[in-house]
Amino acid sequence: MMAIDISPWFALPAALLLICGGLLTLIGSLGLLRLDTFYARIHAPTMGNTLGTGCVLLASILVSSALAQRPVIHEVLITVFILLTSPVTAMLLMRAAVFRNRD
Amino acid sequence: MKRKLLLPLLPIVLIVVWLLLNDSLAAGQIVLGILLALLVTFAIAPLRPLPAWPHRLHLAIGLIFHVLHDIIRSNLAVGSIILGASRRQPRVGFMKIPLDMRDPHGLAMLTIIVTATPGTVWAGHDADSNVLTLHVLDLQDEAAWVRTIKQRYERPLMEIFE
Repeated sequence: MMAIDISPWFALPAALLLICGGLLTLIGSLGLLRLDTFYARIHAPTMGNTLGTGCVLLASILVSSALAQRPVIHEVLITVFILLTSPVTAMLLMRAAVFRNRD
Repeated sequence: MKRKLLLPLLPIVLIVVWLLLNDSLAAGQIVLGILLALLVTFAIAPLRPLPAWPHRLHLAIGLIFHVLHDIIRSNLAVGSIILGASRRQPRVGFMKIPLDMRDPHGLAMLTIIVTATPGTVWAGHDADSNVLTLHVLDLQDEAAWVRTIKQRYERPLMEIFE
């Protein structure tokens, strides 16, 4: 397969963003291990959900825009859909925990 | 009452989503998007008796930047709490915040903002007394949280939706 050339002006920030996003998601997942109660753990994965995904999507926008030679921004939709759906899960888990511990 | 500029938000959002999904601005896609948006808007009207009519939408721009800033800041805060968890477990806790906002769309937006910010999760809302129960990962200064929620988020949301 032929190597595809991306100018370093796009490749370097994209690589940096991918590393940041990976680190943030890793730390968030580590929180599941290191925090000791459910109520503390529910906060940890939000890191990967917000800034982690954000970094990866920005990197994706940079690389696909560079490859297509025009702005490609439909990755923004992924952010919108995550923002719309993840609060529902978080609230359901939270309500379930509150209901279970109500005594 | 002064007539405010009203925007039918749902069809506009649907058109934008359609164009983004197809990644094109071709005339055919725009026409198809408008048709689809109108169709969905009318089909969904009986399910959503209260359409969102936001005004002063320009305030949303400032709010988005506030929220982005807070998301980045609280990501770093939660990250440092997780990395320091072997020394000190965070003090989790619930807190109650009385709200002034009644509009369901504004409340939904507030839910998204609060849940999208790491470190806080919406834990319940009492419709009668309009009190929000918030769960906070590291509860140090309760008054500061009340200030953030009410002034940074609730006030612009009320101006947009009410």
